[in-house]
Amino acid sequence: MNIFEKMMSLDRRWVFLSLLIVCVAGYASKSETPILINDEVKSIYNFIDELPAGEIVFVAIDYDPNALAELHPMTYAVMEHCFRKDLKVIFTALSQNGPGMADLAIRDITDSLKFDRTYNGVEYKGKEIVNGVDYTFLGYKPYFAFIILGMGQDFRLQFPTDYYGTPLDSLPMMQGVLNYDDVACVIDISAGNITDAWITYGQGKYGFKLALGLTGVMAADFYPYLNSGQIFGIMGGMLGAAQYEKLADNPGLAIDGMRVQVPAHIFIIFFILMGNVGFIVSRRAKARGGN
Amino acid sequence: MRRQIPFALVFIFGTFMVFQYFVPHETSEWIYEYLLDWIAIIGIFALALGIWSFYKVSVDKIKDKNEDWPYSVISLSGLFVMIFFGFTARTGESWGFYFPALLILTAGLGMFTMAYTETSSSKSKTSAMIGLGLIVVFVIISIMDNSWNFYFYTQEGLKNIAFISFFEHIMIPIQATMFSLLAFFISSAAYRAFRARNLLSSILLIAALIVMLRFNPYLGPVSGLMADGADWLINVPNLAAKRAIIIGIGLGIVATSLKVLLGIERSYMGKG
Repeated sequence: MNIFEKMMSLDRRWVFLSLLIVCVAGYASKSETPILINDEVKSIYNFIDELPAGEIVFVAIDYDPNALAELHPMTYAVMEHCFRKDLKVIFTALSQNGPGMADLAIRDITDSLKFDRTYNGVEYKGKEIVNGVDYTFLGYKPYFAFIILGMGQDFRLQFPTDYYGTPLDSLPMMQGVLNYDDVACVIDISAGNITDAWITYGQGKYGFKLALGLTGVMAADFYPYLNSGQIFGIMGGMLGAAQYEKLADNPGLAIDGMRVQVPAHIFIIFFILMGNVGFIVSRRAKARGGN
Repeated sequence: MRRQIPFALVFIFGTFMVFQYFVPHETSEWIYEYLLDWIAIIGIFALALGIWSFYKVSVDKIKDKNEDWPYSVISLSGLFVMIFFGFTARTGESWGFYFPALLILTAGLGMFTMAYTETSSSKSKTSAMIGLGLIVVFVIISIMDNSWNFYFYTQEGLKNIAFISFFEHIMIPIQATMFSLLAFFISSAAYRAFRARNLLSSILLIAALIVMLRFNPYLGPVSGLMADGADWLINVPNLAAKRAIIIGIGLGIVATSLKVLLGIERSYMGKG
């Protein structure tokens, strides 16, 4: 068995081990990975950045812990950007384990906002983010398609109280806020088919501005909606989150994760190429042998 | 009659929902909101049914000592423990007998499950009696202990540190780890399956490599070219194919919905 045949029949455990070594080495290295920005992420960042203070952004945290690595940094980056710009945020979580993810993100970001920070040369003073004043977390309800439809009529229809049991009418932020007409945009950060419902039943019926934060494997599926103007931006996977962090000058978990993801991708490409070299050479050898 | 009534209901409500979409009248909106409330109520019943089904399947697995039945014990324990955490919260400075009470409750419910799964009637009776005794002890503790309380109608349980900790330190790492393992399987599968066997698979391979190298920061002057190539692939061939698929699915949904409304498609009733 020559080297090319060996490459063809390489035990997958060697692939696993090699990938593990690449990931650990990438994580151990403290090198900073340069981030290239694309227009789909830039349009989301610009839209939020240009909103006047006091506007409401609706953030749907529709993912479970399995998409944590890709989508949680996205949530953090968008939330922090909104709160630093003095925007108000309405959250929902329409996947089963979404409320826990949203609750965790809210606690982490409200803690982080207590400190003075400088982003893109602008100094932002630390501040206390108050539930009901700066944000409202509506929580979870089953049957996401109907919840999205119902919220188009009135948020109170599906969520008479917020996640913590406070009636929406008693929250200062929700005074005069009825439905999607009162929010500047909806950003759906999702790892499943809830995104389809946001496009079909939400944007399609009520016509609000919609942007998506998706896992890497999902992103390509939603470009038709970007092209048709139904959505105004896409953040795809950890790279999308890293691009947003870069634009917001707020390096976080995604930029940190790129030093693992980029070498891992290069490694996978290298293995694919090696597999093909082995395949082509052994096929030629067989053809020669056959002649 | 048993078949005609469901057909009639599906036809009436389905047709109403179709026409309602195009009628922005106040009455139409009111009926629409009313129906959305109904869906939420029906959904809650489905949720309860799901929990019962999960409980029944797990208990039957334990009863029949099926393969991997101990996992069902762990699943049931997780279900009861999280429900308990979700409906209780600390009221005092200390936890008091909160965790011993939880252990007693879990043991009591475990004994009831054993009573159900036990084949010998005397052992079954003994287990049931012990279970009942443990539940009584639990009730006494929960009445006497003022350091924690039950909250069935308010959301205090969601702020329970035990509820949050179990989610953040057990659920999140488990699910995140499971999903992370995919990276290893994908890399192995890509290595084996991505082969330039013929023209079409070679095109697929080249397209995949270009998209994977999109925004790779280490390609120097080639990176811009790669990004442009990947953008073209995503926005032209991918877009055309995806649009065709989406339109096809959309037309399929319309056709299937019409078949359901007109009673041609009846599989939702459990019989063809």
